[in-house]
Amino acid sequence: MKTLVANIEEMARRVGRDLKFMEVCGTHTMAAFRSGLRQLLPDNVRLVSGPGCPVCVTDPGYLDAAIELCRRPGVIVATFGDLVRVPGTESSLERERASGASVRIVYSPSDALVLARECPSRHVVFLGVGFETTAPTVAWAIFRAAQDGLRNFSVLCAHKTMPRAMDALVRDQAVRIDGFICPGHVSVITGAQMYRFICQQYRIPCVVSGFEAWDILKSVGMLLRQIAEGRAEVENEYSRSVSEYGNRAAQQLMHEVFEPRDDVWRGLGTIPGSGLGIREKYARFDAAKVLGVTFHEAHVNPLCRCGSVLRGISTPLDCHLFGRPCSPAHPIGPCMVSSEGVCAAYYKYERMAA
Amino acid sequence: MCLAVPARIVELHDSTATISVDGILRDVDVSLIEQPRLGDYVLVHAGFAIHRWDQSDVDELQAIRAATDLRETVT
Amino acid sequence: MKRDRVLLAHGGGGSLTRELIETMLLPRLENPLLKPLDDSAVLVMGNSGYAFTSDSYVVTPYLFPGGDIGRLAVCGTVNDLAVMGAQPFWLSLSLILEEGLPLTDLSTIVDSIHAAAAEVGAQVVTGDTKVVERGKCEGLYINTAGLGKISVPYWLGSANVKPGDAVIINGPIGEHGVAVMSRREGVAFQTSVTSDCAPLWPLVKAILDTGARIRAMRDPTRGGVAGAVCDIARASNVGIRLFEDAIPISGEVRGACDLLGLDPLTIANEGKVLVFCGAKDAEPVLAAMKNHPLGRQARVIGEVSTKPEGMALLRTTIGGERIIDMPTGEDLPRIC
Repeated sequence: MKTLVANIEEMARRVGRDLKFMEVCGTHTMAAFRSGLRQLLPDNVRLVSGPGCPVCVTDPGYLDAAIELCRRPGVIVATFGDLVRVPGTESSLERERASGASVRIVYSPSDALVLARECPSRHVVFLGVGFETTAPTVAWAIFRAAQDGLRNFSVLCAHKTMPRAMDALVRDQAVRIDGFICPGHVSVITGAQMYRFICQQYRIPCVVSGFEAWDILKSVGMLLRQIAEGRAEVENEYSRSVSEYGNRAAQQLMHEVFEPRDDVWRGLGTIPGSGLGIREKYARFDAAKVLGVTFHEAHVNPLCRCGSVLRGISTPLDCHLFGRPCSPAHPIGPCMVSSEGVCAAYYKYERMAA
Repeated sequence: MCLAVPARIVELHDSTATISVDGILRDVDVSLIEQPRLGDYVLVHAGFAIHRWDQSDVDELQAIRAATDLRETVT
Repeated sequence: MKRDRVLLAHGGGGSLTRELIETMLLPRLENPLLKPLDDSAVLVMGNSGYAFTSDSYVVTPYLFPGGDIGRLAVCGTVNDLAVMGAQPFWLSLSLILEEGLPLTDLSTIVDSIHAAAAEVGAQVVTGDTKVVERGKCEGLYINTAGLGKISVPYWLGSANVKPGDAVIINGPIGEHGVAVMSRREGVAFQTSVTSDCAPLWPLVKAILDTGARIRAMRDPTRGGVAGAVCDIARASNVGIRLFEDAIPISGEVRGACDLLGLDPLTIANEGKVLVFCGAKDAEPVLAAMKNHPLGRQARVIGEVSTKPEGMALLRTTIGGERIIDMPTGEDLPRIC
């Protein structure tokens, strides 16, 4: 461990200039804050968090739609625990549950299928959020429901994919990133090759990283070495889980059920081709279609800086709402709502820097 | 963004398996990985095994944890 | 405010619980005995000090690995008295039963109430029984109140902790929370972890019998160790630093937390006590704890300093430092 840190310090000295590395994965954000590793980095190396928390980038209009659904008689909304506290425009699933709505927390999309089988007189809507890691598990649930001819199950789909979002970030003139720490578990599915375009088109080095503090520090060291040697390549620090081409079975299942579509990212706006929609073939499992859901544009607090936080331009400490009134117990912006959001991580773990 | 943990397959059923995370047992779906075997280490996300580890991968993680995690595990 | 309702998180023992107490209850009920918001109120009658407390138990399922709601209802109340240095003598027992509750389950629960009280020489001396319609509660809820006699000639309050003090815990954390969670619908997993649910008075007595000057004790129940140290740091206006590599935790509890994305520091305990005492007293206190069956795995897990005022920090295994935050509320399993 000490050698790892000494090595990073040595290379950071060699490079000399200020560097900004971005991770785009909420679990990396959490690992970095919870382990306190950011304090071990040299002054000229900054680790910033991009739009890697699926809850944070989910449009409030989507949550409003989910809330509207859970109020309908006969509907059960099944969701990962992550979404329960996230505020929509006026309410949250947690509040709706307190008012008597049917909101069930599940650990797996397969649990939602079980729920649908157990409650044949109700319609179970699963809230499909998450990136490439999670999308295949939801694709599996839809595929399985189709095979079994299940009639009372559907998915409100807001799945997103990483490459177009990373592309949009590096094209943004205001954002200057010297290296990407690429999301390890997304890469398990997609393979490390997915990031090659970033190195080739933009000459930004990429390292796919695991989730132990040691992995992240090692990845920072690998990025520094690439910069010191003038390289921009995709390197794979997380080879114990990530291969070049990823999990083919999961990719095929995702492709079978989902198709790319333009999607709105909270804080970043609409990014072409960055979302996944349910294919026509599986339309009867698309909650938006079978239950006639309409999405409304949601109001966003103009003082909230989450947009520039998600792009690595500002830190949460630059935001006037941070801490008061915006806190994990009373979140205003998207980055505070999820425990993986960067504002929540700052609040929970590094408030003393404020 | 995506929490996934290494776990060992302790029982195999049709398309599901019972996995152990440090002794915590849960059933997960294994249809996304090829030929799961008893004793395999897999990466589990949202109730699905999404990747199978080789023994060398398991050894690597253990080495990392031994080097950085000084917590004693009590029994 | 009009739309606002009580949320499950308001009962989680974290910042929302605190907020509910401070905005809703304290302003209306405030008096000098209530104000310290310690685990028990301290009452002085004649030359003696008494601790008085009350707690309600709504755990589901009501039978869980390592205990049941009855044992919990005694332990929780006894422990709230014990951490104030009080020997528990008298308990009240109020049962709210759901129509249809199997009488065999009820007899199991009442038997364990009796057994747990007997472990510390306390008696149920008054009570009440109500039955509500099926669906109005989950099996049964229990409220107990307890009265105990304070056995030390000084006040053990959460505001008494001083810079330089040591922080000691009597064993591995998170076991009650993980045991109960393993039986919850939608999350269920199998584990050999059982609830640590135990009445702590005998252990506390052994600690007090050393003659060491104890500053404060706290049983880290809802909100876990994190909630308890945040509370004490705030009440005493000191900085509390815990050492991650010293905190005892079993492999299975860590595994469950990894799987569900939870922080073991925020998971509930029902048989653990955090002891704050002067650094010089740490050794005899630790020795006394290790000598007791409930403290075999006791360890010093932290220290108290002047800074940062009112905050708790964790020195991580890799040598970094981070804030230990007051948990917000209910622990939700996450996948992200």
